[in-house]
Amino acid sequence: MRTRLMELAVGAFMVMGIIALVLMALRVSGISTSEVGDKYTIKAYFENLGGLTERAKVSMSGVTIGRVTNVYLDTEDYVAVVEMEITSGMSTLTTDTSAAILTAGLLGEKYIGLTVGADDEYLEEGGVIEDTQSALVLEELIGQFLFNKAEE
Amino acid sequence: MEGIIDKLLNQIQKLGQFGLERLQALGRAGVFLFASIPWGGPGSAGFKDLIKQIYSIGVRSLSIILVAGFFVGMVLGLQGYTILSDFGSEAALGTMVSLTLLRELGPVVTALLFAGRAGSALTAEIGLMKATEQISAMEMMGVDPLKRIITPRLWAGFIAMPILALLFSLVGIWGGAYVGINMLGVDEGAYWGNMQASVEFYDDVIKGLIKSLVFGLVVTWIAVYQGFDSMPTSEGISKATTQTVVVASLAVLGLDFVLTAIMLGSI
Repeated sequence: MRTRLMELAVGAFMVMGIIALVLMALRVSGISTSEVGDKYTIKAYFENLGGLTERAKVSMSGVTIGRVTNVYLDTEDYVAVVEMEITSGMSTLTTDTSAAILTAGLLGEKYIGLTVGADDEYLEEGGVIEDTQSALVLEELIGQFLFNKAEE
Repeated sequence: MEGIIDKLLNQIQKLGQFGLERLQALGRAGVFLFASIPWGGPGSAGFKDLIKQIYSIGVRSLSIILVAGFFVGMVLGLQGYTILSDFGSEAALGTMVSLTLLRELGPVVTALLFAGRAGSALTAEIGLMKATEQISAMEMMGVDPLKRIITPRLWAGFIAMPILALLFSLVGIWGGAYVGINMLGVDEGAYWGNMQASVEFYDDVIKGLIKSLVFGLVVTWIAVYQGFDSMPTSEGISKATTQTVVVASLAVLGLDFVLTAIMLGSI
C-alpha cells in the first residue's frame, strides 16, 4: 500500500511538471492555437525604421493582426524593407492601406500601425504597401525645431 | 642555502601532489559516471527503484521549492516595481519577473536548494551504505552497486530537477503577479499581456529547461560521487556531505555562466 501511495505521489509530481510546461507555453509565453492558422506575407518600404525589429507587432486600430518576420536593406534603392505576416482572418486589407512605424508609450517598443484605405482591391500574398510613414527620430525632430526657431 | 632549496622543493612537490589528487578524483568521477549509465536500459526492478528515488528526491523537495519560489517571485515584484516606477513603466513588471525567473533564478535557485535538500541527503545515504559495508556486500553477491544504487538516483535527479525548476518559475510568476496586481496596483492586463508579448517559448522556457537538465545531472552526479568516494567513517561522511553542498553550488553557479554565454551566443 505504501508503494501505491508513493507511485501516486510521483505520478502527480510528473503531471504537475507537464501542467507547468503547458501553462508556461500558453499563459506566460503566449503561444496560442489561433496563431498556427494560415497567414500571408506582405511587404512595405520605409525610409527609416528607427529601431523596429523582427517579431514586432503589426496592429490595426490597436488590435494585433500580425508580426514582422523579416527586416533588411534593399541594396538597390537603399530603403529598408519590412516583411510582415498577417493572419488570414484579416484578408481584406485594401491595396491603398497605409503603414506607419509607431511607438508604444514614450520609451516603449516600436510597432507597425496599419490604416485601411478605400480601394476595392485587396492585398494578396507578397503584396506591397505603397503609402508608408517612417519612424519619428527624436534627433531629427529636435534638429527641425531648432532650425525653425533660428528662422524666426 | 641547501635548507631553503629543500623547503622550496617540498612546497612544489606538495603542490604537485595536490594537483594530481584533484585530477585523479576528477578521473574517478568520470569513470564512475560512465559506468553508471544504463547501457542496457533499466529493468522492471530498476523502474520501481526509479519511482522511489523520484519520490524521495523530487516529491519531498516540492514544499521547499514552492515556498521559496513564491517568496522569490514576491520579492521580485516588489523590487521590480520600485525600480520600474521610477521610469513610469510599471507595465513591464510582468516581463521583468517572468524573464528573470525563467532564464536565471528558476534553474539556478532550484539547483542550489536541490543541492542542499536532496544532494546532501544522497551523499549521507550512500556514505552510510559504504560505512556499513552494504556496498561491499552487494559486490560479494555479484550485484553491480553502480547500476543498482547510483543509476536510478542519477536518473531521478535528471528527471526531477526540470520539473522542480518549472514549478519554481510558475509559482514565482504567480507570486509576482500577486504582489504587483493585488498589492501595488499594476494593471492586470498589462502584467500578463506584456509578459506574453516578450516571453518566447523556445528562447526563454526551453533554454531555461535545458539549464536545469544540466544542473540536475551535475548536482546529482556530484552528490552520489561524494557519497561513493567518502571515507567510511562518521567523520568522512560529514566531510563528504559538506563537500557535496559546496562543490555542487559552485559548479551550478560556474556552469550557469558558461551555459548562459553559449545560449545567448554573444561570446
